Amino acid sequence: MAKSAVEEHEHTQKAFGFAATDSSGFLSPFHFFRRENGAEDVTIQIKYCGVCHSDLHCVKNEWGFTRYPIVPGHEIVGEVTKVGNNVEKFKVGECVGVGVMVGSCGMCELCGQDLENYCSDMVFTYNARDKDGSRTYGGYSDMIVVNQRFVVNIPDNLPPDAAAPLLCAGITVYSPMKYYGMAMSGKHLGVSGLGGLGHIAIKFGKAFGLKVTVISTSPQKEDEAVNKLGADCFLVSTDAAKMKAAMGTMDFIIDTISVVHNLAPLLDLLRANGKLITVGLPEKPLELSVFPLVLGRKMVGGSYIGGMKEAQEMLDFCGKHNITADIELIKMDYINTAFERLAKSDVRYRFVIDVANSISACKM
Amino acid sequence: MGAAAADVPSQKAFGWAARDSSGILSPFHFSRRATGEQDVTFKVLYCGICHSDLHFIKNEWGNAYYPCIPGHEIIGVVTEVGSKVQSFKVGDKIGVGCIVDSCRCCDSCAEDLENYCPKTIFNYLSTYPDGTPAYGGYSDIMVIDQRYGIRIPENMSLDAIALLLCAGITVYSPLKYYGLDKPGLHIGVVGLGGLGHMAVKFAKAFGAKVTVISTSPNKKEEAITRLGADSFLVSRHTQQLQAAVGTMDGIIDTVSAIHALLPLINLLKTHGKLVMVGAPDKPLELPISPLLFGRKIVGGSGIGGIKETQEMVDFAAKHGIKADIEVIPMDYVNTAMDRLLKVDVKYRFVIDIANTLKAA
Repeated sequence: MAKSAVEEHEHTQKAFGFAATDSSGFLSPFHFFRRENGAEDVTIQIKYCGVCHSDLHCVKNEWGFTRYPIVPGHEIVGEVTKVGNNVEKFKVGECVGVGVMVGSCGMCELCGQDLENYCSDMVFTYNARDKDGSRTYGGYSDMIVVNQRFVVNIPDNLPPDAAAPLLCAGITVYSPMKYYGMAMSGKHLGVSGLGGLGHIAIKFGKAFGLKVTVISTSPQKEDEAVNKLGADCFLVSTDAAKMKAAMGTMDFIIDTISVVHNLAPLLDLLRANGKLITVGLPEKPLELSVFPLVLGRKMVGGSYIGGMKEAQEMLDFCGKHNITADIELIKMDYINTAFERLAKSDVRYRFVIDVANSISACKM
Repeated sequence: MGAAAADVPSQKAFGWAARDSSGILSPFHFSRRATGEQDVTFKVLYCGICHSDLHFIKNEWGNAYYPCIPGHEIIGVVTEVGSKVQSFKVGDKIGVGCIVDSCRCCDSCAEDLENYCPKTIFNYLSTYPDGTPAYGGYSDIMVIDQRYGIRIPENMSLDAIALLLCAGITVYSPLKYYGLDKPGLHIGVVGLGGLGHMAVKFAKAFGAKVTVISTSPNKKEEAITRLGADSFLVSRHTQQLQAAVGTMDGIIDTVSAIHALLPLINLLKTHGKLVMVGAPDKPLELPISPLLFGRKIVGGSGIGGIKETQEMVDFAAKHGIKADIEVIPMDYVNTAMDRLLKVDVKYRFVIDIANTLKAA
């Protein structure tokens, strides 16, 4: 078990979570501290936390900037236990969420446009340095203290466990679908990759009135893509004949694949003026053939999570359309096994940790 | 669609064609279709030499047919109109660019985007449905359906505006489509050749601050003094590039050679747009994380539709935009091609067809 952290900035609220202490990524119980609830803050007892693939990348230091010990988790749903004097939006007892960010500069043009996610001083929920200089720890823990700007309300009608993945996966696909003009009924959306991000993209696509085709390497996913998730069509990307028949039929593609892959067949699926938006982060650059872009006025764009105002809009949209993630609920001490299964994509489609009901049992 | 098929009445024509992939051009007699009821026949006055002409005649794209006549930056004067032609009359000046026909019924055609129609007929590169090859503008006359002719306003320098029909629309269209035509934006232009110098002129006319990004430091003086660019970055000068990181709203990349995209993407502000109008023949490396973390895009654009080409010519007339050119006689064309290959031209050659193309 990891030792309790000595909190260099005199945070005094005791907290307990699971942390990785080296790049094996193995998580184990970890005692630490959070700050006292300030005037702008909301203290949240964490009920559920989604297991995002980014958590796995970070605990294993695959991106090269992990500082140990690391408490991951940025798909957090919980209950408000304290609010600061300046907090009006939230009340004790409310069900709220916290996503990928817990801070930003608040003063730049991007923050002014509610685009905190693109602020150069944005603070990640874990593995980052907060404004007071302390390290941030994420949602694989029993409680968290967050500035009210970075807290969102979870609609009452959404089951909180299944809503947790919306805080990262949900906003990650919702934001580009809005920004790149995909919320247009009758258009044809391709969803490349059927995992945590992809399955939510299907649900949003259908709610926007789009025809949705899933593009996947796994033929065995077709049945549930169509019958359970509501996709209209399914393309196996290795089926050259079917891919050719689908050329020039899609207005947009959300590409959720996080490993190096070939963009050319996806670009070919787009019709003229089509947009391929990548939300996955491959470890190396991809190859781009420019000719298809020029000949068809096509574009490749990126998008990264979304701003706080948009995150609330997305959750309200989910409340209206009853959209949540398809999850497998796990206990806290299952997390290492869950990571192993996640690495093999063995989950439909997100693990969610039942934090409140299982973390206390892990205390030693 | 019109076609010079064997059983369709035709009219004699004369031009210079390449016979093989050496790309050497020489006199060539051929025929064009007679003026149909929707057609405009015109005498060619000037034709610009586009780098695409060179790629085509040397079969660098693998789709040449021989003999082939290039040329798609054409200015002429109307000599005959068909019975149903209302857009032009005899004596009018007319421009023709890359497109001479399209399917006219797909979504792209319906939206005046004939350049994205899957059945576009280009005025060279294409063959008509009956198998007749399309012949381009290095010739004495052309016949065009009125829909694909561009009206040339009075008082334009005809030789200097030929380039608008390809190079001009190629940069104008993406500046508009990608929202880079608003005053006060900072636009980068990569490459200072035929396309690049037109991009500078149009971007300045839109009220942008323009930075030229080039491998050639010796182009700085003319970029700023002659073309009106506001600043100049040497692309191999990493310190200059570093100082300009995150400063540009959009970049028009005219370079067709293999080059690195990452330094250009880094020059963009958040939400910036890198637009490719050159087409390298091999894939480029596309780094994904700067696109994600800056919500940036890399997009392409190819020429423009007819309606937009007309809009662009009218805009150029209003703002006095014309290309910087070197006018040459027809029989200089092979030397011009050699010089074009070495980028030895400021910034395009234009053939004085009317005065120098003489039938043997």
